[in-house]
Amino acid sequence: MEFSYEVKDSYAEVKADGRLNMVSAPKLREFVTDVIAGGSNRIVVNLENTAFMDSSGLGALIGCLKAARQAGGDLRIAAVQPQVKMVLQLTSMDKVLTAYASAAEAFSND
Amino acid sequence: MTRFWTRLVVVLTVLTGLNYIAWRWAASLNWDAWWIALPLVIAETYSLIDVMLFGMTVWKLKIRKGAPPPPADATVDVFITTYNEDLDMVMTTALAAQKIRHPHSTWILDDGARPELKALAEEHGLGYVTRSGDWTPDLPRHAKAGNLNNALMQTDGEFLLILDADQIPEPDILEKTLGYFNNRRVALVQTPQYFSNVPADDPLGSQAPLFYGPIQQGKDGWNAAFFCGSNAILRREALMQLGLVGYVKETEKSIRRALAASRSAIRQARKSADVETPLVAEVLDEVEAATREAQQELEAGQPLSEITYRVRRRVDSAVQTLVLADVEALQSDLEEIAAMELAHVGESGVPVVADDAVQRMSRRDWSPLGALESVQAVLDALSVERNDEAQPVMPLATISVTEDMATAMRMHAMGWQSVYHHEVLAYGLAPEDLKTMLTQRLRWAQGTIQVLLRENPLVQKGLKLGQRLMYFATMWTYLSGYAAVIYFAAPIIYLLLGILPVTSLSWDFFVRFIPFMVVNQLLFAVAGRGIPTWRGQQYSLALFPTWIKACSTAARNVWFGRPLGFAVTPKARQSGGPSWSLIQPQIVVSVLLAVAAVVGIIRLATGLAEPLGTLVNVAWVIFDLVVMSILVRAVLYKGYEPAAEPANTERNPDGV
Repeated sequence: MEFSYEVKDSYAEVKADGRLNMVSAPKLREFVTDVIAGGSNRIVVNLENTAFMDSSGLGALIGCLKAARQAGGDLRIAAVQPQVKMVLQLTSMDKVLTAYASAAEAFSND
Repeated sequence: MTRFWTRLVVVLTVLTGLNYIAWRWAASLNWDAWWIALPLVIAETYSLIDVMLFGMTVWKLKIRKGAPPPPADATVDVFITTYNEDLDMVMTTALAAQKIRHPHSTWILDDGARPELKALAEEHGLGYVTRSGDWTPDLPRHAKAGNLNNALMQTDGEFLLILDADQIPEPDILEKTLGYFNNRRVALVQTPQYFSNVPADDPLGSQAPLFYGPIQQGKDGWNAAFFCGSNAILRREALMQLGLVGYVKETEKSIRRALAASRSAIRQARKSADVETPLVAEVLDEVEAATREAQQELEAGQPLSEITYRVRRRVDSAVQTLVLADVEALQSDLEEIAAMELAHVGESGVPVVADDAVQRMSRRDWSPLGALESVQAVLDALSVERNDEAQPVMPLATISVTEDMATAMRMHAMGWQSVYHHEVLAYGLAPEDLKTMLTQRLRWAQGTIQVLLRENPLVQKGLKLGQRLMYFATMWTYLSGYAAVIYFAAPIIYLLLGILPVTSLSWDFFVRFIPFMVVNQLLFAVAGRGIPTWRGQQYSLALFPTWIKACSTAARNVWFGRPLGFAVTPKARQSGGPSWSLIQPQIVVSVLLAVAAVVGIIRLATGLAEPLGTLVNVAWVIFDLVVMSILVRAVLYKGYEPAAEPANTERNPDGV
């Protein structure tokens, strides 16, 4: 699993490439917390290269959402792949995290 | 009567052979030149054992009087195996197979999955089989054995006639052979492989009259007639039994292996810095306890299915705890978010993760345990599904590229009987160029050595001593490459350096050697009843680089898991001019032999060498060169000219 981020004009884009599972989930949490601490509270997690997510990965994503809200911002997700989409639907988390088609669209309405 | 004379000559061969070889070991070795003396006497011992095994084979030569009439209601599937052969060839064979008289279904087993062939098969009302969806690209395909195993699962005939794509069957092939199966213990009837595109002088040594003759008839006498891959009829029940026994054996082996690996996998997972949460550690503890219990149950002889089921249940529930913990944490996060800012989580309040979602997230494919790959691998292997193969039951053996020999040996080990029916009932096409022929011989030799190394017949439970030796005899002949090198080296060394591996070439030598040689040749003549065996003798020496390569590659494959460099034998002639490069080692050896002969004669003329030694060794060189000369004809062979002679003359309608 590889993480990277890029600060855009109105948000920071975090990319999580690989499998978001029990081993990599804590690292995502840590990574996003650092990005928030760096001053960005509007986060888009770009999942275009995240082929797989398990319950730990999902937990980490919600944990990151909480951290972003606590910092007064928001966390959104983009470019969701089929398996991840199934996990979100199955757990009703798609009601909490709307999946945007691309990172650029995620904050385009506000 | 023939049997009496054969046995008499066998006895004489053994007696003269032992007399000679005992003297060689006891009284003739030139220890000053031990580096050639010892290899030579070992090579000679090898050859004597080879001849003795041949003698043992023909000792029980069985001449059958034909089969009783077949049971009218026997159901038969005719399988024509193909991969990339010419469609015309496949269809010619398939249409001939369709015309076989006993009721049957004809199937083309197309491993090339060619749509054109499928269309042709449908047009002519032939069955057409390709690999089922189970054969995903990540699983081993097992070449022809895999092709047949796949077809066995899609058909239901009581008996199977197996034909290579080039083997055109006679309409009476089933009527002549099915009757043998009236004996409920018979699992295999093999008929000869005969090639219709081979001229009388057979420059490539394609026909194997000694094998499809006295050798198979002799093996038949020991109830050890071999399955040779084509032109054979098999009993499905026997194959299925083989597949089931193999399945149980492989499953137990893989479970044992997985349990043995589990401890280190768990230790490794614990050590990895990634696993910090106490809950994961608990799951690992649970996995460890489950595998330990499984080990005990295995030793106590409990059924594999129950053992693996219990492990799975236990691990599943541990994983579910893990998922549930994730979900609970997630849920409390959501509630905190809701408390901060109600509007954002929607009007219906905080969504709740349903139970069935937890179940789904706990399943193997989405399980968090999947992140610990080594542990997951152990758990996957603790199964009875045989996930590393396309089908759990593999009736034809897959331990060798020559699946036929391995399969027959396992059948014999389970107590099944086999029959060799000595009558040509199918006509095939032999390779028409040296390159293709060499590829084919290499493959046979590699396959045979693979079986020797993986399932040595001498120690297979269930085989009778005679059967063990019959299988071993064939394997033993493939070691001849090493002996050949020594037989070439010895005269070269004498003629160039004057070093003799024996203490003296005296009366003692000739009085023992010559009777043995004469009786030995007599044995081939009597046992062969006039069939040409010289071509076979030539090739068994001349192809020494092929035999050596086969032994070394098969050993590397079996012991170190290296690929064989396996190739399907092309049925069409390879284009291009004479390819001398194929026989480079033989050319080098021949030149050395010729040079040595000339040097030897010069040494004799200048008084450096003695006459008798020179004479014997020059004669030896000439023999070696005559043996090798067949390769010149093989390289220059331009393929078969059909007008030469009618192909059907060999057929003997009486079945004997």
